[in-house]
Amino acid sequence: MNFDKELDARGLNCPLPILRAKKALAEVGSGQVLKILSTDPGSVKDFAAFAKQTGNELLSTAEAGGEFTFFMKKK
Amino acid sequence: MDTKKMAIIATKGTLDWAYPPFILASTAAALGYETQIFFTFYGLQLVRKDLSGLKVSPLGNPGMPMKMPFGPKWFKGINWNIPNAIQSLVPGYESVATGLMKMTIANNGVATIPDLRSLCQEAEVKFIACQMTVELFGFEHSDFIDGLEYGGAATFFEFAGETDICLFI
Repeated sequence: MNFDKELDARGLNCPLPILRAKKALAEVGSGQVLKILSTDPGSVKDFAAFAKQTGNELLSTAEAGGEFTFFMKKK
Repeated sequence: MDTKKMAIIATKGTLDWAYPPFILASTAAALGYETQIFFTFYGLQLVRKDLSGLKVSPLGNPGMPMKMPFGPKWFKGINWNIPNAIQSLVPGYESVATGLMKMTIANNGVATIPDLRSLCQEAEVKFIACQMTVELFGFEHSDFIDGLEYGGAATFFEFAGETDICLFI
């Protein structure tokens, strides 16, 4: 998937992946896509909840070898 | 849509209890909440310039696992069940436990309290210190970080009365 910015949140724990994502989203324009890498298993539910509450769209969530990849489109 | 609001009263002044208010406030801010924390009694420790006095005490705290943050996996898994009577007699026990806790925090990619506090301030979480307890405990305003407002219970209610979430920690 195409993306405009990447955030490496691997090794970080709650609530840092969400806080860093919020910051990274502030640096892209409306409609642009942020790719997020995370190793926090809690981040799967957290990013879904973050998207729902902020109106940013979670395009996809994937897991491979203990790493999670999210694509989020800015509102 | 109206902006959602959250208010927290932070009343605890130990390293472990410093986490819930700052984690919840920074996350709420990231979710777009207008957020305020009212620091009172021991919670005032969380807004001091110097946070090095924040400690965690395993004494009389049966919920706290005492595990080592280093060594092989089998060693890390051991829960060191030290009786309260011994904990209370060994000088520096609390400082050692705090040091080990800080190592565990770093090993797990958990933010430090100074970092979380700065993140809250960057996200414009409003900090209010209870003026009555500042005086009660003999603190000076110069003991505390900049950007703090000082007020009492009525100040807290002005904002708390309009919130969607209101927590006592």
